[in-house]
Amino acid sequence: MSVGTNSIGKPVSRVDGPAKVTGRAKYAAEFSAPALAYGFVVSSVVAKGRIQSIDRSAALAVPGVIEVLAHDNRPSLPSSHEKYTDQVAAPGSPFRPLYNDEILFSGQPVALVIAEEPEIARFAAGLVEIKYEAEATITELDTQIDKAFEPPEKRAPDWDPPARGDVESALSRAPTHIRKEYRTPVEHHNPMETFGSTAVWENDGRLTVYDKTQGAPNCQEYLCNVFGLTKDKVRVLSPYVGGAFGVGLRPNYQLFMAALAAIGLKRSVRVTLTRQQMFTLGYRPQTIQTLTLGAENDGRLVAVRHDAIANTSRFEDYQEPTVVWSGALYPCDDSALTSSLARLDLFTPCDMRAPGGAVGMYALESAMDELSYAVGVDPLELRLKNYSERDQNQNRPISSKALKDCYLQGAERFGWSKRRPEPRSMREGRELIGYGMATGIWSAFFVPTSARAILAPDGTMEIACATADIGTGTYTILAQIGAEMLGLPLDKVIVRIGDSDLPSAPVEGGSWTAASAGSAVMEACNGIRKELLKRASAINNSPLQGVDAADVTMVDGQIRVKSDPSRAMPLSEVMVSLKEPIRSEVSAAPDERALEEYSHYAHSAVFAEVRLDEELGMLRVARVVSAVAAGRILNPKTAKSQILGAVVGGIGMALHEETVIDHRYGRFMNHNLAEYHVPVHADVHAIDVIFVDEQEHRLNPLGVKGVGEIGIVGTAAAIANAVFHATGVRVRDLPITIDKLLELRQPTSNHAA
Amino acid sequence: MQARPQATSHLPERSLQPKLEVVLRVNGVERRMFLRPWTTLLDALREHLDLTGTKKGCDHGQCGACTVLIDGRRVLSCLTFAVMKDCAEITTIEGLAQNGELHPLQTAFISHDGFQCGYCTPGQICSAVGLIAEGRAKTSDEIRELMSGNICRCGCYPNILAAIESVMQGAKT
Repeated sequence: MSVGTNSIGKPVSRVDGPAKVTGRAKYAAEFSAPALAYGFVVSSVVAKGRIQSIDRSAALAVPGVIEVLAHDNRPSLPSSHEKYTDQVAAPGSPFRPLYNDEILFSGQPVALVIAEEPEIARFAAGLVEIKYEAEATITELDTQIDKAFEPPEKRAPDWDPPARGDVESALSRAPTHIRKEYRTPVEHHNPMETFGSTAVWENDGRLTVYDKTQGAPNCQEYLCNVFGLTKDKVRVLSPYVGGAFGVGLRPNYQLFMAALAAIGLKRSVRVTLTRQQMFTLGYRPQTIQTLTLGAENDGRLVAVRHDAIANTSRFEDYQEPTVVWSGALYPCDDSALTSSLARLDLFTPCDMRAPGGAVGMYALESAMDELSYAVGVDPLELRLKNYSERDQNQNRPISSKALKDCYLQGAERFGWSKRRPEPRSMREGRELIGYGMATGIWSAFFVPTSARAILAPDGTMEIACATADIGTGTYTILAQIGAEMLGLPLDKVIVRIGDSDLPSAPVEGGSWTAASAGSAVMEACNGIRKELLKRASAINNSPLQGVDAADVTMVDGQIRVKSDPSRAMPLSEVMVSLKEPIRSEVSAAPDERALEEYSHYAHSAVFAEVRLDEELGMLRVARVVSAVAAGRILNPKTAKSQILGAVVGGIGMALHEETVIDHRYGRFMNHNLAEYHVPVHADVHAIDVIFVDEQEHRLNPLGVKGVGEIGIVGTAAAIANAVFHATGVRVRDLPITIDKLLELRQPTSNHAA
Repeated sequence: MQARPQATSHLPERSLQPKLEVVLRVNGVERRMFLRPWTTLLDALREHLDLTGTKKGCDHGQCGACTVLIDGRRVLSCLTFAVMKDCAEITTIEGLAQNGELHPLQTAFISHDGFQCGYCTPGQICSAVGLIAEGRAKTSDEIRELMSGNICRCGCYPNILAAIESVMQGAKT
């Protein structure tokens, strides 16, 4: 066995890298099956109303068309909305595809054309003639503000903590006030892989579905509930997922369609969505937020009020943690935080990278920037003045918080001290330069997860867990943990994930996978270690006799006594005595007391430089430094990529991304990648990532907090604040596009617009 | 499920364009197929040749995930009908490694972590092969500009740039 296998914390390259750069990695719509048929979804052209009639004759007349399924000829389906729920469902009545003639949103799937060839299915889909009785829609959030309501059933009670103190009287006493409205638009995740499912009909009546999902077990459960199947009849696999960012948390309708057709036809069926149809799935909801800050003249906060309105659908009360951060991040005895919803004739929103945090922290950190100008205190200094070691929402300490190091190391790396305080005061040639900063915060979770480890006599170990790798690096970090625990070379650890047959895992989201699946794998490997030591001790003249598992280390292919490294035994010697594999399967769960006594957050400090060519109106983000405190970093290479990618998402949020609704038709207009702008190569310049040292001992045995989402939180605010610093124009309505800058352009300071 | 009803008599069956014989040289191997004229090169590769390394991200030429090399030039295979490329030399991501050795860009993408989910990666790599062959991009900004047809939603752009630059510098020395 080779040496130097100490693995955790090393910047190793992705173990799935070779498969991904050679095209061998297979995604959901790339699995084949004998006699595979192809389904194409017909999408509703009206946003509300009823289907009057469906004429399939022209479609069925096309040679190669097998069937056109719709609500009027589908196999029997359960009527209870309950049957269509899932682990991530919002309170309400989940959408039932092809259930009846009711249209609830534009692009709703209304029929599935199944054909022998994909082009035939698509062609025939255009020949299905559907007559609708259309009703007027309401999709403009501004018109529904007076109808906004507090959701009766909360998705998570902690997200709307009760008011503390008396915020109104504190505000009236505070010498300085900021009260501003901030807006964020609908955004779509737009992972590069469109949703697809290949439902393979096995001859014994079982269904194997390759699905694009962040939760194979969640989708398995959904299919069982909807189609009345037992778990042994349905297996869902998602070995590779071409991005998701939250839109793969809930089962999407292509999964339903592929399964429905396969069960109905007793034949394998693949259904993929088009890019346009990707805009009929979940999305980041629109928000209108009002931030009210009261402060002493030196900038210390005395009162914080954050009121957010977001849209949801007519049938589910989707909620996200938008305002909670405003009561948790900075010390303040008087606060009121409210979230309300307004119903629109759209599909239900869903979690998108740092749901709530990305938009809520944009508002809070923009308001903090406005406060910094109002009191004449440097934005960084203002954050340091309002530093808190406690979570006042929960009235408890924070388990670990190295945010101060983020501020200081980030500022140093960025060169924040070179910033001149006045807006429009920094310039180079034709370009105005702006420096802005913001804080990021995101919850650190540990969710119960199971994992299995099997060590074979040949010295290879298989790690198995149902979780997913959506580009996050799950394969790699689980392999590293396995290699570390047993002292094996990385290539001797095989990771199997993305399969509902494997030990159960929650959906891959919330930045909890490294902590949760990682801890489960660690504990499964602990079981292997104990068994190995038992076997090693039993060998004649073993130097390890009478030694406890806690007292040995396994490194470089050896089992060694920590206190006396001369007492060691090669792993290979123990392996020789193994007749069959050693197996260990565990369920890992957090220490409930640690969860109750402490709050757990990852933090960041984001610094951005923007440059605006005043003559051409070209705005670009020249530099970003993101300094992150997220506990232990398992792999600095893949973790850095997570932050880089999230910063790019933050650039998109700040400057590019917006799904525009045509309120006459209740329809998203820019439903393609030419008109829904995401950052491209030319939009992204220098991004520097710092992981500050942070020791976390309570949340999980690995000391990990997760890095999937923290990188986007605060980034849009840092950029927006830099735009104000560069231009003197405060755009409070994302994205900051040139038309808004021009419209608001006036030679003023903070009071513009 | 109901049996498929017969097409009504007043409604003639829509005839499909017949399949045509198309010969493509894909990754150095002659591939003979019978395809309808409406089949894109992308679908020919993915559905007919099971070369699923070439990805479908938008089917509209807006994302670059389907980029392949045709006679050495980078082309969007979703905007190319297969029948248009009869006898052409096609290189896909599956054909870049030679004799079991990864192409330098493939190696550089791994070592610079130039991908996360991996779905845009074959297109990014094929596009970068084409970019380097074109020889027009000399600076980082020029690479960024000329790679802007390839979207990476995971946001790996800085790492992709580093991977491409490392190969360009390696080629110079």
